[in-house]
Amino acid sequence: METLERIVAEHPFFAGLEEQYLQLLAGCASNVRFEGGKYILREGEEASQFFLIRHGKVALEIAAPHRGRLTVETLGEGDILGWSWLIPPYHWRLDARAVDLTRAIALDGKCLRTKCEQNHDLGYELLKRFAHIMERRLETTRFQLLDVYAAHK
Amino acid sequence: MATLPTDPMVPDPYRVGQVWKETSDTFTLALEPADGAACSGFSPGQFSMLYVFGVGELPISISGDPEDPGRLIYTVRSVGQATHALVSRKPGEMVGVRGPFGGCWPLAEARGKDVVLVAGGLGLAPLRPAIYQVLRHREDYGRLIVLYGGRSPRDLLYRKELAAWARQPDTQVLSTVDYGGLSWRGHVGVVTSLFRYVRLQPARTVAMLCGPEIMMRFVTRELESCGVQAPDIYLSMERNMKCAVGFCGHCQYGPYFICKDGPVFPYSKVRSLLEKHEI
Ligand SMILES: Cc1cc2nc3c(=O)[nH]c(=O)nc-3n(C[C@H](O)[C@H](O)[C@H](O)COP(=O)(O)OP(=O)(O)OC[C@H]3O[C@@H](n4cnc5c(N)ncnc54)[C@H](O)[C@@H]3O)c2cc1C
Ligand code: FES
Repeated sequence: METLERIVAEHPFFAGLEEQYLQLLAGCASNVRFEGGKYILREGEEASQFFLIRHGKVALEIAAPHRGRLTVETLGEGDILGWSWLIPPYHWRLDARAVDLTRAIALDGKCLRTKCEQNHDLGYELLKRFAHIMERRLETTRFQLLDVYAAHK
Repeated sequence: MATLPTDPMVPDPYRVGQVWKETSDTFTLALEPADGAACSGFSPGQFSMLYVFGVGELPISISGDPEDPGRLIYTVRSVGQATHALVSRKPGEMVGVRGPFGGCWPLAEARGKDVVLVAGGLGLAPLRPAIYQVLRHREDYGRLIVLYGGRSPRDLLYRKELAAWARQPDTQVLSTVDYGGLSWRGHVGVVTSLFRYVRLQPARTVAMLCGPEIMMRFVTRELESCGVQAPDIYLSMERNMKCAVGFCGHCQYGPYFICKDGPVFPYSKVRSLLEKHEI
Protein backbone atom coordinates (compact mmCIF):
# COMPACT_ATOMS: atom_id res chain seq x y z
CA MET A 1 0.00 0.00 0.00
CA GLU A 2 1.19 3.53 -0.73
CA THR A 3 2.25 5.34 2.42
CA LEU A 4 1.15 8.95 2.96
CA GLU A 5 4.77 10.01 2.97
CA ARG A 6 5.27 8.49 -0.44
CA ILE A 7 2.12 10.09 -1.86
CA VAL A 8 3.17 13.48 -0.47
CA ALA A 9 6.68 13.02 -1.89
CA GLU A 10 5.31 12.20 -5.34
CA HIS A 11 3.04 15.23 -5.54
CA PRO A 12 4.55 17.84 -7.92
CA PHE A 13 4.17 20.56 -5.28
CA PHE A 14 6.75 18.84 -3.09
CA ALA A 15 9.11 17.73 -5.86
CA GLY A 16 12.70 17.74 -4.62
CA LEU A 17 11.83 18.34 -0.97
CA GLU A 18 14.30 16.77 1.50
CA GLU A 19 13.35 13.48 3.14
CA GLN A 20 13.38 14.95 6.69
CA TYR A 21 10.79 17.60 5.67
CA LEU A 22 8.62 15.03 3.91
CA GLN A 23 8.47 13.04 7.14
CA LEU A 24 7.39 16.17 9.04
CA LEU A 25 4.72 16.93 6.45
CA ALA A 26 3.39 13.38 6.39
CA GLY A 27 2.77 13.72 10.12
CA CYS A 28 0.18 16.43 9.33
CA ALA A 29 -1.37 14.64 6.31
CA SER A 30 -4.50 12.57 5.82
CA ASN A 31 -6.31 11.03 2.85
CA VAL A 32 -9.64 12.65 1.88
CA ARG A 33 -12.25 12.22 -0.87
CA PHE A 34 -15.15 14.38 -1.99
CA GLU A 35 -18.08 13.27 -4.10
CA GLY A 36 -18.91 15.41 -7.16
CA GLY A 37 -21.04 18.40 -6.12
CA LYS A 38 -19.79 18.50 -2.52
CA TYR A 39 -18.28 21.73 -1.16
CA ILE A 40 -14.73 21.27 0.11
CA LEU A 41 -14.47 24.70 1.66
CA ARG A 42 -16.66 27.75 2.07
CA GLU A 43 -15.89 31.46 2.00
CA GLY A 44 -15.53 32.93 5.52
CA GLU A 45 -15.00 29.60 7.28
CA GLU A 46 -11.81 28.90 9.18
CA ALA A 47 -8.99 27.82 6.87
CA SER A 48 -7.44 24.97 8.79
CA GLN A 49 -6.12 22.83 5.93
CA PHE A 50 -4.80 22.78 2.41
CA PHE A 51 -5.15 20.06 -0.18
CA LEU A 52 -2.89 18.31 -2.64
CA ILE A 53 -5.26 17.20 -5.38
CA ARG A 54 -4.52 13.68 -6.60
CA HIS A 55 -7.49 13.03 -8.91
CA GLY A 56 -10.65 14.83 -9.95
CA LYS A 57 -11.60 18.42 -10.54
CA VAL A 58 -12.36 21.27 -8.15
CA ALA A 59 -14.16 24.51 -9.07
CA LEU A 60 -13.27 27.74 -7.27
CA GLU A 61 -16.42 29.82 -7.04
CA ILE A 62 -17.47 33.31 -6.09
CA ALA A 63 -20.92 34.84 -5.97
CA ALA A 64 -20.95 37.77 -8.41
CA PRO A 65 -23.61 40.49 -8.12
CA HIS A 66 -26.32 40.03 -10.81
CA ARG A 67 -24.41 37.07 -12.30
CA GLY A 68 -25.02 34.39 -9.68
CA ARG A 69 -22.29 31.94 -8.80
CA LEU A 70 -19.32 32.02 -11.11
CA THR A 71 -16.56 29.48 -11.46
CA VAL A 72 -13.37 31.53 -11.77
CA GLU A 73 -10.92 28.66 -11.95
CA THR A 74 -10.79 24.89 -11.91
CA LEU A 75 -8.03 22.86 -10.33
CA GLY A 76 -7.09 19.28 -11.09
CA GLU A 77 -4.56 16.54 -10.58
CA GLY A 78 -1.25 17.88 -9.34
CA ASP A 79 -2.69 21.21 -8.16
CA ILE A 80 -2.79 22.77 -4.71
CA LEU A 81 -6.01 24.00 -3.17
CA GLY A 82 -5.89 26.72 -0.51
CA TRP A 83 -3.30 28.99 1.02
CA SER A 84 -5.47 30.91 3.50
CA TRP A 85 -4.27 28.54 6.28
CA LEU A 86 -0.92 30.33 5.94
CA ILE A 87 -2.07 33.92 6.22
CA PRO A 88 -3.94 35.47 9.20
CA PRO A 89 -6.84 35.63 9.91
CA TYR A 90 -6.93 32.11 8.40
CA HIS A 91 -10.32 32.34 6.68
CA TRP A 92 -11.21 31.00 3.22
CA ARG A 93 -11.71 33.73 0.61
CA LEU A 94 -13.86 31.71 -1.80
CA ASP A 95 -15.79 28.48 -2.16
CA ALA A 96 -14.33 25.28 -3.56
CA ARG A 97 -16.61 22.55 -4.92
CA ALA A 98 -15.69 19.11 -6.19
CA VAL A 99 -16.93 18.94 -9.80
CA ASP A 100 -16.18 15.23 -10.09
CA LEU A 101 -15.18 12.69 -7.47
CA THR A 102 -11.98 14.21 -6.07
CA ARG A 103 -9.26 12.51 -4.06
CA ALA A 104 -6.72 14.57 -2.20
CA ILE A 105 -4.27 14.69 0.65
CA ALA A 106 -5.34 17.17 3.33
CA LEU A 107 -2.56 18.85 5.28
CA ASP A 108 -3.50 20.20 8.67
CA GLY A 109 -2.70 23.93 8.68
CA LYS A 110 -2.30 24.36 12.46
CA CYS A 111 0.00 21.35 12.66
CA LEU A 112 2.06 22.72 9.77
CA ARG A 113 2.22 26.24 11.16
CA THR A 114 3.58 24.87 14.43
CA LYS A 115 6.19 22.80 12.60
CA CYS A 116 7.18 25.78 10.45
CA GLU A 117 7.61 27.97 13.56
CA GLN A 118 9.83 25.30 15.09
CA ASN A 119 11.78 24.68 11.89
CA HIS A 120 12.29 27.81 9.81
CA ASP A 121 14.07 25.94 7.04
CA LEU A 122 10.90 23.91 6.48
CA GLY A 123 8.85 27.14 6.69
CA TYR A 124 11.05 28.81 4.07
CA GLU A 125 10.81 25.80 1.74
CA LEU A 126 7.02 25.84 2.00
CA LEU A 127 6.77 29.61 1.55
CA LYS A 128 8.91 29.48 -1.61
CA ARG A 129 6.57 26.88 -3.09
CA PHE A 130 3.44 28.79 -2.15
CA ALA A 131 4.94 32.06 -3.41
CA HIS A 132 5.49 30.40 -6.79
CA ILE A 133 1.86 29.26 -6.93
CA MET A 134 0.59 32.68 -5.84
CA GLU A 135 2.72 34.37 -8.50
CA ARG A 136 1.27 32.11 -11.20
CA ARG A 137 -2.28 32.62 -10.00
CA LEU A 138 -1.74 36.39 -9.93
CA GLU A 139 -0.46 36.30 -13.50
CA THR A 140 -3.35 34.18 -14.76
CA THR A 141 -5.85 36.38 -12.90
CA ARG A 142 -4.40 39.46 -14.61
CA PHE A 143 -4.71 37.71 -17.95
CA GLN A 144 -8.30 36.73 -17.14
CA LEU A 145 -9.16 40.32 -16.13
CA LEU A 146 -8.12 41.55 -19.58
CA ASP A 147 -11.15 39.75 -20.99
CA VAL A 148 -9.20 39.38 -24.23
CA TYR A 149 -11.79 37.50 -26.24
CA ALA A 150 -14.48 40.10 -25.71
CA ALA A 151 -12.25 42.85 -27.08
CA HIS A 152 -10.94 40.82 -29.98
CA LYS A 153 -12.86 40.55 -33.21
CA MET B 1 -6.48 28.38 -75.92
CA ALA B 2 -4.24 29.53 -73.05
CA THR B 3 -6.08 30.87 -70.04
CA LEU B 4 -5.02 34.26 -68.73
CA PRO B 5 -3.62 34.32 -65.19
CA THR B 6 -6.26 35.68 -62.83
CA ASP B 7 -5.77 39.23 -61.60
CA PRO B 8 -5.30 39.08 -57.78
CA MET B 9 -7.25 42.34 -57.49
CA VAL B 10 -10.38 41.02 -59.22
CA PRO B 11 -12.75 38.97 -57.05
CA ASP B 12 -14.16 35.68 -58.32
CA PRO B 13 -17.90 35.22 -57.87
CA TYR B 14 -18.83 32.61 -55.24
CA ARG B 15 -22.26 31.53 -54.08
CA VAL B 16 -23.11 31.02 -50.42
CA GLY B 17 -23.85 27.34 -49.78
CA GLN B 18 -24.48 26.23 -46.22
CA VAL B 19 -24.38 28.56 -43.23
CA TRP B 20 -23.84 27.25 -39.67
CA LYS B 21 -24.46 29.24 -36.51
CA GLU B 22 -21.49 28.66 -34.18
CA THR B 23 -22.24 31.11 -31.36
CA SER B 24 -24.55 34.11 -30.88
CA ASP B 25 -22.38 36.31 -33.13
CA THR B 26 -20.22 33.86 -35.10
CA PHE B 27 -21.21 31.94 -38.22
CA THR B 28 -19.46 29.54 -40.56
CA LEU B 29 -20.15 29.96 -44.28
CA ALA B 30 -19.39 27.60 -47.13
CA LEU B 31 -18.73 29.40 -50.42
CA GLU B 32 -18.88 27.56 -53.74
CA PRO B 33 -17.56 28.87 -57.08
CA ALA B 34 -20.53 30.34 -59.01
CA ASP B 35 -19.35 28.71 -62.26
CA GLY B 36 -19.26 25.24 -60.67
CA ALA B 37 -15.48 24.94 -61.15
CA ALA B 38 -13.12 23.68 -58.46
CA CYS B 39 -12.01 26.17 -55.80
CA SER B 40 -8.56 27.63 -55.82
CA GLY B 41 -6.52 25.44 -53.45
CA PHE B 42 -5.14 26.87 -50.24
CA SER B 43 -2.72 25.99 -47.47
CA PRO B 44 -3.68 26.01 -43.77
CA GLY B 45 -3.16 29.51 -42.35
CA GLN B 46 -3.96 31.43 -45.53
CA PHE B 47 -6.76 33.97 -45.85
CA SER B 48 -9.03 35.35 -48.56
CA MET B 49 -10.39 38.82 -49.23
CA LEU B 50 -14.18 38.47 -49.17
CA TYR B 51 -16.14 41.16 -50.96
CA VAL B 52 -19.70 41.81 -49.85
CA PHE B 53 -21.08 43.71 -52.85
CA GLY B 54 -22.10 47.25 -51.96
CA VAL B 55 -20.65 47.02 -48.46
CA GLY B 56 -16.93 46.33 -48.54
CA GLU B 57 -14.09 43.88 -48.60
CA LEU B 58 -12.42 42.20 -45.63
CA PRO B 59 -9.72 39.63 -44.87
CA ILE B 60 -11.02 36.33 -43.48
CA SER B 61 -8.99 33.19 -42.76
CA ILE B 62 -9.97 29.97 -44.44
CA SER B 63 -11.21 27.60 -41.73
CA GLY B 64 -12.12 24.52 -43.79
CA ASP B 65 -10.39 21.40 -45.02
CA PRO B 66 -7.60 22.12 -47.52
CA GLU B 67 -8.38 18.82 -49.26
CA ASP B 68 -12.03 19.68 -49.93
CA PRO B 69 -11.87 21.06 -53.49
CA GLY B 70 -15.54 21.94 -53.85
CA ARG B 71 -15.93 24.83 -51.43
CA LEU B 72 -14.13 27.31 -49.20
CA ILE B 73 -15.16 27.57 -45.55
CA TYR B 74 -14.91 30.70 -43.41
CA THR B 75 -15.85 31.36 -39.78
CA VAL B 76 -16.83 34.96 -39.23
CA ARG B 77 -17.60 36.94 -36.10
CA SER B 78 -19.95 39.84 -36.62
CA VAL B 79 -18.19 42.90 -35.18
CA GLY B 80 -18.98 45.71 -37.62
CA GLN B 81 -20.61 46.62 -40.89
CA ALA B 82 -18.76 44.29 -43.25
CA THR B 83 -18.70 41.22 -41.02
CA HIS B 84 -22.37 41.75 -40.18
CA ALA B 85 -23.24 41.93 -43.89
CA LEU B 86 -21.19 38.79 -44.52
CA VAL B 87 -22.79 36.65 -41.82
CA SER B 88 -26.23 37.85 -42.97
CA ARG B 89 -25.77 36.39 -46.50
CA LYS B 90 -28.36 33.73 -47.26
CA PRO B 91 -27.68 30.50 -49.18
CA GLY B 92 -27.63 31.28 -52.90
CA GLU B 93 -26.45 34.90 -52.51
CA MET B 94 -23.16 36.00 -54.06
CA VAL B 95 -19.87 37.00 -52.44
CA GLY B 96 -16.63 38.02 -54.22
CA VAL B 97 -13.49 36.07 -53.29
CA ARG B 98 -9.87 37.09 -53.88
CA GLY B 99 -6.94 34.95 -52.87
CA PRO B 100 -5.87 32.84 -51.12
CA PHE B 101 -3.17 35.11 -49.76
CA GLY B 102 -0.30 34.93 -47.31
CA GLY B 103 1.96 32.24 -45.98
CA CYS B 104 0.90 29.12 -44.15
CA TRP B 105 1.40 27.23 -40.90
CA PRO B 106 4.76 25.34 -40.84
CA LEU B 107 3.27 21.88 -41.28
CA ALA B 108 6.18 20.73 -43.44
CA GLU B 109 8.71 21.82 -40.78
CA ALA B 110 6.60 20.10 -38.10
CA ARG B 111 6.83 16.64 -39.73
CA GLY B 112 8.14 14.08 -37.26
CA LYS B 113 7.51 16.41 -34.33
CA ASP B 114 4.79 17.04 -31.80
CA VAL B 115 2.38 19.72 -32.95
CA VAL B 116 1.05 22.04 -30.25
CA LEU B 117 -1.75 24.36 -31.37
CA VAL B 118 -2.87 27.08 -28.99
CA ALA B 119 -5.98 29.04 -29.93
CA GLY B 120 -7.90 31.81 -28.25
CA GLY B 121 -11.46 32.77 -29.19
CA LEU B 122 -11.92 33.00 -32.93
CA GLY B 123 -8.26 31.99 -33.33
CA LEU B 124 -9.34 28.37 -33.58
CA ALA B 125 -10.74 29.10 -37.06
CA PRO B 126 -7.39 29.69 -38.85
CA LEU B 127 -5.91 26.70 -37.00
CA ARG B 128 -8.67 24.27 -37.94
CA PRO B 129 -7.24 23.53 -41.43
CA ALA B 130 -3.93 22.62 -39.74
CA ILE B 131 -5.78 20.19 -37.45
CA TYR B 132 -7.49 18.57 -40.48
CA GLN B 133 -4.12 18.26 -42.19
CA VAL B 134 -2.34 16.68 -39.21
CA LEU B 135 -5.21 14.23 -38.61
CA ARG B 136 -5.32 13.25 -42.26
CA HIS B 137 -1.55 12.65 -42.38
CA ARG B 138 -1.33 11.32 -38.83
CA GLU B 139 1.74 9.13 -39.38
CA ASP B 140 3.80 12.16 -40.45
CA TYR B 141 3.54 13.79 -37.02
CA GLY B 142 4.11 13.02 -33.36
CA ARG B 143 1.50 13.99 -30.76
CA LEU B 144 -1.16 16.55 -31.60
CA ILE B 145 -2.01 18.84 -28.70
CA VAL B 146 -4.77 21.43 -29.07
CA LEU B 147 -5.23 23.96 -26.26
CA TYR B 148 -8.21 26.22 -26.71
CA GLY B 149 -9.42 29.11 -24.59
CA GLY B 150 -12.68 31.02 -24.91
CA ARG B 151 -14.57 33.59 -22.93
CA SER B 152 -17.43 31.39 -21.72
CA PRO B 153 -18.84 27.97 -22.64
CA ARG B 154 -21.29 29.45 -25.14
CA ASP B 155 -18.44 31.24 -26.96
CA LEU B 156 -16.53 28.05 -27.82
CA LEU B 157 -16.39 27.17 -31.51
CA TYR B 158 -16.65 23.72 -33.10
CA ARG B 159 -17.57 21.92 -29.86
CA LYS B 160 -18.59 18.66 -31.52
CA GLU B 161 -15.39 18.57 -33.55
CA LEU B 162 -13.27 19.32 -30.48
CA ALA B 163 -14.81 16.27 -28.81
CA ALA B 164 -14.23 14.13 -31.91
CA TRP B 165 -10.59 15.24 -32.23
CA ALA B 166 -10.00 14.41 -28.57
CA ARG B 167 -10.91 10.78 -29.32
CA GLN B 168 -8.17 10.41 -31.94
CA PRO B 169 -5.03 8.48 -30.98
CA ASP B 170 -2.02 10.49 -29.77
CA THR B 171 -4.20 13.56 -29.60
CA GLN B 172 -4.91 15.70 -26.56
CA VAL B 173 -7.55 18.41 -26.85
CA LEU B 174 -8.19 20.65 -23.86
CA SER B 175 -10.60 23.58 -23.79
CA THR B 176 -11.01 26.15 -21.09
CA VAL B 177 -13.15 29.21 -20.52
CA ASP B 178 -12.36 32.40 -18.62
CA TYR B 179 -15.65 32.18 -16.75
CA GLY B 180 -17.95 29.19 -16.35
CA GLY B 181 -21.43 28.81 -14.94
CA LEU B 182 -22.33 26.03 -12.54
CA SER B 183 -23.48 23.72 -15.32
CA TRP B 184 -20.08 23.81 -17.11
CA ARG B 185 -18.05 20.75 -16.16
CA GLY B 186 -14.93 21.59 -18.16
CA HIS B 187 -11.86 23.62 -17.27
CA VAL B 188 -12.09 27.24 -16.12
CA GLY B 189 -9.05 29.51 -16.34
CA VAL B 190 -7.00 31.22 -19.01
CA VAL B 191 -5.55 29.16 -21.83
CA THR B 192 -2.03 29.20 -20.31
CA SER B 193 -3.41 27.33 -17.27
CA LEU B 194 -3.90 24.26 -19.52
CA PHE B 195 -0.15 23.83 -19.93
CA ARG B 196 0.06 22.15 -16.54
CA TYR B 197 -2.00 19.25 -17.90
CA VAL B 198 0.26 18.51 -20.87
CA ARG B 199 3.75 17.12 -20.87
CA LEU B 200 5.65 18.93 -23.58
CA GLN B 201 8.81 17.56 -25.07
CA PRO B 202 10.25 20.93 -25.97
CA ALA B 203 13.04 19.73 -28.24
CA ARG B 204 10.54 17.97 -30.51
CA THR B 205 7.72 20.51 -30.40
CA VAL B 206 6.47 22.96 -32.99
CA ALA B 207 3.88 25.36 -31.59
CA MET B 208 1.35 27.38 -33.61
CA LEU B 209 -0.65 30.15 -31.97
CA CYS B 210 -3.62 32.18 -33.03
CA GLY B 211 -5.74 34.59 -31.03
CA PRO B 212 -5.67 38.10 -29.63
CA GLU B 213 -2.11 39.48 -29.54
CA ILE B 214 -2.08 39.85 -25.79
CA MET B 215 -3.08 36.20 -25.41
CA MET B 216 -0.26 35.17 -27.76
CA ARG B 217 2.20 37.18 -25.63
CA PHE B 218 1.16 35.23 -22.53
CA VAL B 219 1.32 31.93 -24.42
CA THR B 220 4.77 32.54 -25.91
CA ARG B 221 6.07 33.26 -22.40
CA GLU B 222 4.54 30.03 -21.15
CA LEU B 223 5.97 28.00 -24.03
CA GLU B 224 9.43 29.44 -23.48
CA SER B 225 9.24 28.68 -19.77
CA CYS B 226 8.44 25.07 -20.80
CA GLY B 227 11.64 25.08 -22.88
CA VAL B 228 10.21 25.53 -26.40
CA GLN B 229 12.59 27.70 -28.43
CA ALA B 230 11.42 30.88 -30.19
CA PRO B 231 12.19 29.54 -33.72
CA ASP B 232 9.79 26.64 -33.04
CA ILE B 233 6.92 28.96 -32.15
CA TYR B 234 4.75 30.44 -34.91
CA LEU B 235 1.93 32.93 -34.63
CA SER B 236 -0.64 34.46 -36.92
CA MET B 237 -0.93 38.26 -36.90
CA GLU B 238 -3.78 40.52 -38.01
CA ARG B 239 -3.90 44.09 -39.26
CA ASN B 240 -6.43 45.96 -41.38
CA MET B 241 -5.93 45.18 -45.06
CA LYS B 242 -6.84 46.60 -48.44
CA CYS B 243 -4.89 45.18 -51.37
CA ALA B 244 -3.67 41.95 -49.69
CA VAL B 245 -0.80 41.72 -52.18
CA GLY B 246 1.84 44.01 -50.68
CA PHE B 247 1.07 47.24 -52.62
CA CYS B 248 -0.84 49.59 -50.37
CA GLY B 249 0.99 49.37 -47.05
CA HIS B 250 -2.22 49.20 -45.01
CA CYS B 251 -1.12 46.08 -43.13
CA GLN B 252 2.37 47.29 -42.26
CA TYR B 253 3.75 45.77 -39.07
CA GLY B 254 7.24 47.08 -38.35
CA PRO B 255 9.32 46.14 -41.40
CA TYR B 256 6.72 43.63 -42.63
CA PHE B 257 3.52 43.65 -44.61
CA ILE B 258 1.30 41.10 -42.93
CA CYS B 259 -0.55 40.23 -46.15
CA LYS B 260 2.54 38.99 -47.95
CA ASP B 261 5.20 38.39 -45.24
CA GLY B 262 2.62 36.83 -42.90
CA PRO B 263 0.08 36.35 -41.55
CA VAL B 264 2.02 33.43 -40.04
CA PHE B 265 5.39 34.49 -38.58
CA PRO B 266 8.04 32.67 -36.59
CA TYR B 267 8.00 34.23 -33.13
CA SER B 268 11.73 34.93 -33.41
CA LYS B 269 10.94 37.38 -36.25
CA VAL B 270 8.21 39.36 -34.53
CA ARG B 271 9.15 39.03 -30.89
CA SER B 272 10.47 42.60 -30.50
CA LEU B 273 7.40 44.00 -32.32
CA LEU B 274 4.99 42.01 -30.18
CA GLU B 275 6.59 43.50 -27.08
CA LYS B 276 6.08 47.06 -28.39
CA HIS B 277 2.42 47.45 -27.60
CA GLU B 278 1.67 50.41 -29.82
CA ILE B 279 2.68 48.85 -33.16
C1 LIG C 1 -5.35 37.98 -41.97
C2 LIG C 1 -6.66 38.22 -41.29
C3 LIG C 1 -7.49 37.15 -41.05
C4 LIG C 1 -8.73 37.35 -40.42
N1 LIG C 1 -9.53 36.27 -40.23
C5 LIG C 1 -10.76 36.45 -39.68
C6 LIG C 1 -11.65 35.35 -39.54
O1 LIG C 1 -11.33 34.21 -39.86
N2 LIG C 1 -12.86 35.59 -39.00
C7 LIG C 1 -13.25 36.85 -38.61
O2 LIG C 1 -14.39 37.02 -38.15
N3 LIG C 1 -12.42 37.89 -38.71
C8 LIG C 1 -11.19 37.74 -39.25
N4 LIG C 1 -10.36 38.80 -39.39
C9 LIG C 1 -10.81 40.11 -38.90
C10 LIG C 1 -11.79 40.76 -39.86
O3 LIG C 1 -11.14 41.01 -41.08
C11 LIG C 1 -12.29 42.06 -39.24
O4 LIG C 1 -13.07 41.74 -38.11
C12 LIG C 1 -13.15 42.82 -40.22
O5 LIG C 1 -12.34 43.37 -41.21
C13 LIG C 1 -13.93 43.92 -39.51
O6 LIG C 1 -14.71 44.62 -40.47
P1 LIG C 1 -16.10 45.24 -40.09
O7 LIG C 1 -16.47 46.22 -41.13
O8 LIG C 1 -17.10 44.19 -39.79
O9 LIG C 1 -15.82 45.97 -38.73
P2 LIG C 1 -15.25 47.42 -38.54
O10 LIG C 1 -16.40 48.39 -38.57
O11 LIG C 1 -14.09 47.64 -39.45
O12 LIG C 1 -14.71 47.26 -37.06
C14 LIG C 1 -15.61 47.00 -35.97
C15 LIG C 1 -14.79 46.89 -34.72
O13 LIG C 1 -13.90 45.76 -34.81
C16 LIG C 1 -12.54 46.14 -34.63
N5 LIG C 1 -11.72 45.34 -35.55
C17 LIG C 1 -11.73 45.38 -36.90
N6 LIG C 1 -10.84 44.49 -37.39
C18 LIG C 1 -10.27 43.87 -36.34
C19 LIG C 1 -9.27 42.88 -36.21
N7 LIG C 1 -8.65 42.32 -37.24
N8 LIG C 1 -8.93 42.50 -34.96
C20 LIG C 1 -9.49 43.06 -33.89
N9 LIG C 1 -10.44 44.01 -33.96
C21 LIG C 1 -10.82 44.43 -35.17
C22 LIG C 1 -12.52 47.62 -34.96
O14 LIG C 1 -11.47 48.28 -34.25
C23 LIG C 1 -13.87 48.08 -34.48
O15 LIG C 1 -13.86 48.33 -33.08
C24 LIG C 1 -9.12 38.65 -40.00
C25 LIG C 1 -8.26 39.72 -40.23
C26 LIG C 1 -7.03 39.52 -40.85
C27 LIG C 1 -6.13 40.68 -41.08
S1 FES D 1 -2.95 45.02 -47.48
FE1 FES D 1 -1.92 46.25 -48.92
S2 FES D 1 0.14 45.91 -48.39
FE2 FES D 1 -0.91 44.50 -47.15
